[in-house]
Amino acid sequence: MSEASVIHDIGYQRYSGPRLGRSAVFGAIYIHGLRAAYGLGRSAKSKIFPWLVVGIVTLVAVILAAVRAQTGLLPLNYIQFADAMSWLIIFFVAIVAPELVSRDMRAGVLPLYFSRPLRAADYIGAKVAAMVTAVCGLLAVPQFVMFLGAAFTTKTGMRGVWHELGDLLPAWAYSLLWALLFTGIGLLIASLTGKRAFAAGGIVAVFLMTTPIVGVISILHSATAQKLAGLASPMSLISGVGQWLIPDASTGIFVGEFGPVYLIEALTLIAACMLLLLARYRKVASL
Amino acid sequence: MTQGLTKTYGGRVTALHDLTVDVEPGIVGLVGANGAGKSTFIKIMLGLIEPTGGTVRVFGLDPTVEPDQVRRRVGYMPEHDALPPDVSAAEFVTHLGRISGLPRTAARERASEALRHVGLYEERYRQIGGYSTGMKQRVKLAQALVHDPDLLLLDEPTNGLDPAGRDAMLALVHRIGTEFGISVVTCSHLLGEVEQICDSLVAIESGRLLRADRISAMTAASDVLAVEVSEGTEDLAAALRTLGLPVQVDGRVLLVPLDQEDTYDRILRAVADLDLPLHRLDQRRHRVAELFATRETADV
Repeated sequence: MSEASVIHDIGYQRYSGPRLGRSAVFGAIYIHGLRAAYGLGRSAKSKIFPWLVVGIVTLVAVILAAVRAQTGLLPLNYIQFADAMSWLIIFFVAIVAPELVSRDMRAGVLPLYFSRPLRAADYIGAKVAAMVTAVCGLLAVPQFVMFLGAAFTTKTGMRGVWHELGDLLPAWAYSLLWALLFTGIGLLIASLTGKRAFAAGGIVAVFLMTTPIVGVISILHSATAQKLAGLASPMSLISGVGQWLIPDASTGIFVGEFGPVYLIEALTLIAACMLLLLARYRKVASL
Repeated sequence: MTQGLTKTYGGRVTALHDLTVDVEPGIVGLVGANGAGKSTFIKIMLGLIEPTGGTVRVFGLDPTVEPDQVRRRVGYMPEHDALPPDVSAAEFVTHLGRISGLPRTAARERASEALRHVGLYEERYRQIGGYSTGMKQRVKLAQALVHDPDLLLLDEPTNGLDPAGRDAMLALVHRIGTEFGISVVTCSHLLGEVEQICDSLVAIESGRLLRADRISAMTAASDVLAVEVSEGTEDLAAALRTLGLPVQVDGRVLLVPLDQEDTYDRILRAVADLDLPLHRLDQRRHRVAELFATRETADV
């Protein structure tokens, strides 16, 4: 018998290598969640939807950049672009949020997570971070594409590029605000059920149901009511914040002197979602 | 190694009532009927739920105060389904290894190793959804082993397995406890399977300690010879009694305590004298079940 054909039963080996701390574990869940959001490492079927959305928003951005380069017209600015894509983002959230949290709940994986040195806060924190990154990337990357298009075709040289960058950075902050609020709402709803379809339906329903309320309030006669109408729906809420902070954004939401109210509500809503999520997972973690 | 002191777990339902138990390293069987408080006991040891009263020590650490230190050294295999269907076993176990704090490459290597030890090396890249129940149980065991714990807590490891799968799983648990140098607490409602592999046994009933001891202590001096003859069982029993052997009749089998060296020969001679067709004569350990029999029938 040759040396190579001998099968060695090396038996059980103890592990004496390093054991990493909280931040590494947080990072592992974060990367895992981010990959899952785009269907990486999953079946081909789970890649279809996220990449379809990515494809559409990128295509729209490329077209906008091309139109601007060719004609000099600006059909949508960065912030209007984010607003125009809102329904796509909502569908993305409705698919990805259940993928990140309902799936673990459904399969009963959570006991395996929480029997390890992992805090509930770290688990849900990493999931939130992964999803915020995923959603934010969905808006920020096309916005960057638009910026590149504008920067390379600007007729005023470096000054034009700086001017364009001055438009892009607030728009990125705006996209981050979008991502934070939508992630908070999406994950909170998804964490309540193990059934993905229910979670997805619930998320879409929240956005779908609140939009008509804005419509109804905004046609009331009271000017104050019209200015406050945007508060009723998460989408118009974010638009309102954008309108107040960046007056030339032309989001179509009229906030008047109530801008701070919009910002306060947005921040309160984000904080409330995060705290509720944490409370939810504190409870879930104890099985 | 595992030291459970007084532990009362309240709320609306009392799952564990004033349980005091001290367990040595080795394979420990935790036995009790469904709802006896076995899973609650394990969850308290993991620090997943806090005891309402009393204290617990695992490796001298208090899981309610230092859950991370305890969990780093403990592997847990839950009772219920706990596997996502749409990933491969290798990927899933690697991921959980990383959650336990292993670096990426180490997690991947140890996941393959753990899956090899549970006998899933060839199938490890297949999606878990396509696995049989037996294979899923093995994946659950592998994920508990991936971070090289010093103690394994197994909640009903043979749940849902056929007899062959049951034996394979028990053999595996036995190997982990003896060859791998990992202590095991395995819980089950089937006394028969636990007594095959365990060094010591803790029996609980509705949250109270029934008995905790080493199996050897429970079965000491209780080896018996089982004699089975095709016919004339009563005659043989009578003959053996006249020889001064305390015979117990258990259906068609005669049980004779093996306390003297010549018991064996005396039985054989008695059978030969009566010219009976001997069916079976084997030595068997007193089943632990018989030690509990009187108490267990009381509340069934």
